[in-house]
Amino acid sequence: MAHDAGTGIPELTAGDEVRRRDFINIAAVGAASVGGLAVLIPLISQMSPSADVLAESSTEIDISQIKPGQAIKGVFRKQPVFLRNLTPKEIAEANAVSVASLRDPQTLAERTKPGKENWLITMGVCTHLGCVPLGAGEGEVKGEFGGYFCPCHGSSYDTAARIRKGPAPKNLEVPEYTFTSDTVVKIG
Amino acid sequence: MIRILSILVGLFFSLALLWSLGKGAASFISEPPAATVEQAFHKPPRELRLASDGLFGTFDKQQLQRGFQVYDEVCKACHSLRLVAFRDLKALGYNDDEVKAIAAKYQVPGVDPNTGEANTRPGRPTDFFPQPFANDIAARAANNNAIPPDLSLMTKARHDGAAYVYSLLTGFQEQPAALLKQFPDARTPAGLHYNPYFANLNLAMAPPLTADGQVTYKDGTRSTVDQMSRDVAAFLVWTAEPKLEKRKQTGWPVLGFLLFATILGNLAYRNIWRDMKH
Amino acid sequence: MSFPWANHYNPQHPFMKWMDEKLPVPRLVYNAVGSGYPVPRNLNYWWNFGFMALACLGIQIVTGVILAMHYAANGLVAFDSVEHIMRDVNWGWMLRYAHANGASAFFVVIYIHIFRGFFFGSYKAPREMVWLLGVVIFLLMMATAFMGYVLPWGQMSFWGAKVITGLFSAIPLVGEPLQQWLLGGFAPDNAALNRFFSLHYLLPFVIVGVVVLHIWALHIPGSSNPTGVEVKSESDTVPFYPYFIAKDGWTLGAFLFIYCAVLFFAPNMLGHPDNYIPANPMSTPAHIVPEWYFWPFYAILRAFTADFFFIPAKLMGVLAMFSAILVWFFLPWLDRSPVRSGWYRPMFKWFFAVLCIDVLVLGYCGGSPAAEPFVMISQIASVYYFMHFLIILPIISSIEQPLPLPFSITEAVLGKDETAASGAVAA
Repeated sequence: MAHDAGTGIPELTAGDEVRRRDFINIAAVGAASVGGLAVLIPLISQMSPSADVLAESSTEIDISQIKPGQAIKGVFRKQPVFLRNLTPKEIAEANAVSVASLRDPQTLAERTKPGKENWLITMGVCTHLGCVPLGAGEGEVKGEFGGYFCPCHGSSYDTAARIRKGPAPKNLEVPEYTFTSDTVVKIG
Repeated sequence: MIRILSILVGLFFSLALLWSLGKGAASFISEPPAATVEQAFHKPPRELRLASDGLFGTFDKQQLQRGFQVYDEVCKACHSLRLVAFRDLKALGYNDDEVKAIAAKYQVPGVDPNTGEANTRPGRPTDFFPQPFANDIAARAANNNAIPPDLSLMTKARHDGAAYVYSLLTGFQEQPAALLKQFPDARTPAGLHYNPYFANLNLAMAPPLTADGQVTYKDGTRSTVDQMSRDVAAFLVWTAEPKLEKRKQTGWPVLGFLLFATILGNLAYRNIWRDMKH
Repeated sequence: MSFPWANHYNPQHPFMKWMDEKLPVPRLVYNAVGSGYPVPRNLNYWWNFGFMALACLGIQIVTGVILAMHYAANGLVAFDSVEHIMRDVNWGWMLRYAHANGASAFFVVIYIHIFRGFFFGSYKAPREMVWLLGVVIFLLMMATAFMGYVLPWGQMSFWGAKVITGLFSAIPLVGEPLQQWLLGGFAPDNAALNRFFSLHYLLPFVIVGVVVLHIWALHIPGSSNPTGVEVKSESDTVPFYPYFIAKDGWTLGAFLFIYCAVLFFAPNMLGHPDNYIPANPMSTPAHIVPEWYFWPFYAILRAFTADFFFIPAKLMGVLAMFSAILVWFFLPWLDRSPVRSGWYRPMFKWFFAVLCIDVLVLGYCGGSPAAEPFVMISQIASVYYFMHFLIILPIISSIEQPLPLPFSITEAVLGKDETAASGAVAA
């Protein structure tokens, strides 16, 4: 609030007295400010994910029906997740790439679980602006590197879902997951 | 002019009211309203004290678990708990694996992934408690034409809800002879059950808790009908207001702070007005 | 406004000077609620409720906008979306209880604010416009509160919507089509719920607009005061800042304390259990009552039980209920007493006390079942209500002998007024 000096604030007298009174006024305004700030906590945190949304943050997917060369789309946190059973040829292609030449250098082994290198599990969310890349569905374009191709802005991913061409800055994200059995993957 | 009009309008309303009053009084005298059986025999709920009562009350988790056991073994056959998810049970002190196991015991509606046909599958922690009946018609058909209400909010949806649940569960009895003497037409119809704590005295639900030991408590508490009724009432307080503890725990610091700030504000106010008589 | 001795805004900082040239909002604030607004020094605590009402409006708008982020206005999911707020949204339970109890708090404060006006004659010239705008705000609040209560889509929501829109069906000829138009159907359903949600979101901002006008109109003559004697000289007033900011500030703290005590420890005290049962068009609750703040008017509505000549009882009740508030619009012209404050009105004082009790009795009857003795009591109480405004006030304002007034506010406070003695009367 705008105000100028000397607008009717009572004339104060002795020095100590003035300091004591000023202190109380400042403390009162301070307390009001602290209260106002504390109120912001619930007002802001109400927008973060609610308990039911957080509870959905793991999902179990059956992979027994996916044959080599096939992929399925699962749902994890209301977003697509690609589960792909790589063929030996695709694995070989992925391993043939010089890692140092990649925009986001990672080997296929780093992006899969030991002993399960044929299971490439990634988010189906382009790291550019979040579109769903093509390539997981039957008959979809896989792009020039044989992995995924994002139609929005032309990002191409290879058979390890690493970014090879186009505007996306990162490889497709590998979510946290574990094999709860040979045929079931728990994501999240 | 406006005052004359206003007095006329005032007289108009007053006369209309007095006319209503006169007619009402006349009919009140000529045909005094007869006492109804509900007025004469309905009882307010019996007193029930729970750990969650009062300004500092918190849930007794052991009791909530017992109450849940009663729901699980008795009530769920007819009553849904559709606003509660299995994951919420963690608040009763169950760990993740126990919650998973509880959820898996329930069959929730699902879809066959190959054929797309509706089926059921074991529940997951994120699922809500399933409905015992497919729809209202099925619920009516199976329950003597009365739909068993959902219990999630029951203790907030009745006056003095927890005590009401407790009283209703323990209140089934023979219709008093005095009632039939005074209101011969009020005999409980076949298929209904007399209960003085129910609003219209006759309820479709048969006494659900009938024998001591009907539920075998895991914690060894003796499961009398009274104990089971208390426990399930306590459990339903939790289902209706799961944030009760957090609410009270937040309330105290808030009130403490406001008291402090108000006192400071009052001192500042006195300071500022010190030299200003008013 | 206004008084020649009001402090003048005089920005020192270059930025504030620049701002003052381009967009003088700081100047507006300074003159509205800052040092530039001289206020009678003798305002008592009854004058704090206007500021509290403003705070309530703020609380309701902030919590309401947030609840709207999580609420879904569809008959199938509305009830569950409210429970989702209560159970799963972070702090949702607190925000919803704050909003539900905030409505009650708002009405408590506004009723005190209105009755303060009744007693101290705040509606009299030159403040008629302040009063009229205030009544408009009250009507808007009632509409907003009613529509808000429908949104949780519980039993009371549904039946409240049905009964209140049913009032309009009492209007001859156009009544039933009007009710169907209001509901967008034959009974409350998605159409009604959606439009109520839309309007419930809109009207508070209309209220904000009328509140601005209310305060603007107030600043033209300046605040009234408990003596009802107009401000005469500088010694009668103090600047709003810091004096009344400090006073309003600490009483706001006290208000929030009571509000939070209810919010955190008895949040359902003022609600009705039936509203935790989802709306069911097939079954009416045993005892339909509106929220407590409508009870006095609800009692007046129900007091008309017999047809009056050719006017059906139902229409009479609706007419009377709306008239009960509409008479407030005429108050400045019904009460012609030259004295504002009830302190100096020996007859009025007693009738005012009876009115307060009368409205409490009406409220109690309105919240009770429609059975004897409550109907008869509310009939008698309604007679007094109309008599008070329409007959008693016009008559006593002509026959009453007011007590002698103090010369000025300063004299009332200090026992003497030196400015007045020297004859320097400013205006």
